[in-house]
Amino acid sequence: MTGYLERGYLEKDELPPFPSKERLLEKPVAYIECPQPIPCSPCLEACPVNAIKMDNINDPPEVDYEKCTGCMKCLRVCPGLAVFILRLREDGKGEVTLQYEFLPWPKKGDRVKLYNRKGEEVGEGVVIWSLPPERNDNTSLVRVEMDGDLIYEVRAIRPVR
Amino acid sequence: MVEVREGRLQEHPIVEFKRGKEVTIYFNGKPIKAYEGETVAAALYAAGVRVFTRSFRWHRPRGFFCAIGKCSACMMEVDGVPNVRTCKVYVRDGMQVKTQSGYPSAERDLFSTLDDVIDKVFPHGSHYTKFTTSRIARDVVVRQIRKMTGFGYPPKVVFSGKASYESLETDVLVVGGGPAGMSAAINAAKYGTKVVLADENPFLGGQLVKQTHRFFGSAKHRAGTRGIKIAKILEEEIKKLENIDVRRETKVFGIYDGEVGAVQRRNEEEVLLRIKPKKIIVATGAYERTLIFENNDLPGVYGAGGVQTLMNVYGIKPGNCGLIVGSGNVGLILTYQLFQAGVKVAAIVEALPRIGGYFVHAAKVRRLGVPIYTRHTILKALGEKCVEGAIIAKIDERWQPIPGTERQIDCDFICVAVGLSPTHELLYQAGCEMKFVPELGGLVPLRTKYNETTVEGLYVAGDVAGIEEATTAIMEGRLVGVHAAYKLGYGGDEAKEELKEALKDLEEFRAGPFGQRTLEGLKKCTMEVEK
Repeated sequence: MTGYLERGYLEKDELPPFPSKERLLEKPVAYIECPQPIPCSPCLEACPVNAIKMDNINDPPEVDYEKCTGCMKCLRVCPGLAVFILRLREDGKGEVTLQYEFLPWPKKGDRVKLYNRKGEEVGEGVVIWSLPPERNDNTSLVRVEMDGDLIYEVRAIRPVR
Repeated sequence: MVEVREGRLQEHPIVEFKRGKEVTIYFNGKPIKAYEGETVAAALYAAGVRVFTRSFRWHRPRGFFCAIGKCSACMMEVDGVPNVRTCKVYVRDGMQVKTQSGYPSAERDLFSTLDDVIDKVFPHGSHYTKFTTSRIARDVVVRQIRKMTGFGYPPKVVFSGKASYESLETDVLVVGGGPAGMSAAINAAKYGTKVVLADENPFLGGQLVKQTHRFFGSAKHRAGTRGIKIAKILEEEIKKLENIDVRRETKVFGIYDGEVGAVQRRNEEEVLLRIKPKKIIVATGAYERTLIFENNDLPGVYGAGGVQTLMNVYGIKPGNCGLIVGSGNVGLILTYQLFQAGVKVAAIVEALPRIGGYFVHAAKVRRLGVPIYTRHTILKALGEKCVEGAIIAKIDERWQPIPGTERQIDCDFICVAVGLSPTHELLYQAGCEMKFVPELGGLVPLRTKYNETTVEGLYVAGDVAGIEEATTAIMEGRLVGVHAAYKLGYGGDEAKEELKEALKDLEEFRAGPFGQRTLEGLKKCTMEVEK
């Protein structure tokens, strides 16, 4: 069960269930990769629609994808950088919005390399939106457009030089 | 990439470095550029100095380790005063800094050959038996041996600074201005007690000042907020309370029958303080442990916190590529912070079969491509005068390195992140009954559930009571602050209710798997008596 603690990343069978394709096409949704019981609850407290379930502070969060509106409030505050906002588009492309805390700050239009949970390069994407870091205590939020299939595994980006 | 000039980070995603006026200090006579607000050790490091001192007997090169005045590995002669911890002294224009061990200097020390021969010529203890026939000969030889050891020369001039004396009375004295101490001061003062808050640094915040990451916990306990900001928030609260007398640059050196001795540096003057408090709260924090491996004293082997101080407080680049030993939260967070400063991390090694810290912290660095080798250990650091690499190896169930699994890691510094030990000395001196509790990091005092020790009116809070984290330190600070105030007759029922709440908060926070170890440790040193 705790194989992820030997590796430092989640394998497919350890991931929380993904939202359905229909749900991903409808509007953005929060996907939280936080399987371990740790005393932490900012996402729960930030959620305006009670989409996150956590009975006590040590419980891992569980997202109700039907309630979630993809508002990104949990993404803004997560200290573990474990929240990803996922979306599929009708044109076959997908979008992942993630927290980003490195220089240089990505800007709309930047091309970025995409990395999976193990740090392996899996493709290239384009930044289509970013929240300036100064508006979120120096954690920028970056939305990257990529192939639809990649939204399930892309968890890090780096600028293309 | 992060821009670096003169060894100093010019930009950072999280921290804005405010450097003071440019000054010149002299290192072994050579001018070195520095900025006001930097410590001597930080300025020397930025200038490329790695060998700070030589070891006592073998004259092995030594660099800094902790960067917060605990390890004494950076002692030099500053303006004629020997044995000054250069990580605790701030640069001043024209300051004369000299390495005190090694001839002609610590960097190029002729005595370093002793490392190979001294055990053959002078085995351990032989200075007691050799040269004992003639008193004159012994005097001469002992004087020469002393010179070679490198503990510096006594100042040649008589102390000419100013010194004065001040006596003060207060309800509560808080020793240590980190998260626990600040929280204790606030929570005692808010009920009306008169508080003196003493800290050895010129700033409050303790080690929060280098915690650039966002904290965990609940929003009530400021989760999602960066440690550096929490320090500022607490300081603002302290400023609002007029009944807190903050004494910065104040070293508390002893507790004698309820009276406390301290030295405060005020401008250029040293003031001896005699403090008579009704309650004392000790929140002195912890210091970093090291690990036994070959060449673990080589410059370039640093405490993880030492690197955080250098990088996040002074904005100095620690190196180009690091190896992290230990995958607890400190090691994982440091790895991420190194990336933020544009420094690579070659790997993280962990002796346990699994990652010690929070999974989410591990995932953060794993997706940046940093390998985490569990069931691995460091065998040796490579290099002559500073780290040039490391050898790691796999270990078996009995923690022994498996032959044939050794591999070389290219790195130019190594961060030891294998845990902390409570800074317990003041408690020991005050006569608290102590106990060795491995789950809490070492020697800790016996205490009641309100963290009062066996010395009546003496409380502990934060890491000194048992290694945990800043969030619980703040929670414990609240508990002892309120309890001290309540016992002094302040707060009444409101305080009594808050005590219950503070206990409940701690209990909930520690209820998860990460709190189990702490709870087990606390069982061993919590006294049942109700005071």
